[in-house]
Amino acid sequence: MRAIAARYTKLGYTPYRWFAADSAPPWTPVTRPLGATRLGVLSTCGAYALGQVAYHYKDDTSLRRIPAAIAASELRFSHITENYLVDAKRDPECMLPLRALHSLVQSGELGALAAHVYTCMGGVYSQRRVREEVAPAVAAAMRDEAVDAVLLIPM
Amino acid sequence: MCHQTVSLVARHLEAHGLPTLCMASARDIISAGRVPRAVFIDYPLGHTCGKPGDRVDQLAIARAAVQALANVSQPETIIDLAHTWGDEAWRDDASSTRAEDTRQPRDESPQFQFAADLDAARASGALA
Repeated sequence: MRAIAARYTKLGYTPYRWFAADSAPPWTPVTRPLGATRLGVLSTCGAYALGQVAYHYKDDTSLRRIPAAIAASELRFSHITENYLVDAKRDPECMLPLRALHSLVQSGELGALAAHVYTCMGGVYSQRRVREEVAPAVAAAMRDEAVDAVLLIPM
Repeated sequence: MCHQTVSLVARHLEAHGLPTLCMASARDIISAGRVPRAVFIDYPLGHTCGKPGDRVDQLAIARAAVQALANVSQPETIIDLAHTWGDEAWRDDASSTRAEDTRQPRDESPQFQFAADLDAARASGALA
């Protein structure tokens, strides 16, 4: 965060005020064993499926619902900091570990993966819009998927 | 920025009865966000779930993340995974304070990875 602030100050920007929580996080205990847990996934990497609309870069707060069984060859990426996505474009597992999670389900270490996983374009500058738009949409999506717990993957 | 988004989403989901596990590769941002459970992977941004093409590394990280979900009992726990990237030159870029803006312009129209993806989105009816 210090390096980023120094970089943008030199470029003439006012330093960004990063979210710093002033209270302990809410806490929901995990009650099911992993082998009986249905897992939901959100990755902020800007992945979309071929046939879906790509993300735009100015505070895009939308989600994409992607079949968990999708072929890696049908995944695409659009993200405001897509300079970090060079490897993920070659191997989406770097940011969306569907193959790895399916493997954990097959071995019985994980109960199930939700039928769909979700992505967003995590480079949203407005914390208010994340709170009011992204977070409730993710909660609704995870309710639809009837998951017991959620894996959150930032880029 | 993605780590901040994830922090806010984690706190929201947790408040609404869903346990969460955050994977992170920016420790300071996820730490400031005070999330319920996290694993820290000390890799360059864009590799939160492992090295490209390395199925062993990717599976080990996914397994560690899922197990952390079950094993963490203390709020605000961040588990530091022992995985190392190997070539550490990326740290110079990550910690650079050189005046450089690598972001894309803040376009308000969809930015398709390939031009053909636009045609596919039209063909599927997703885009008018």
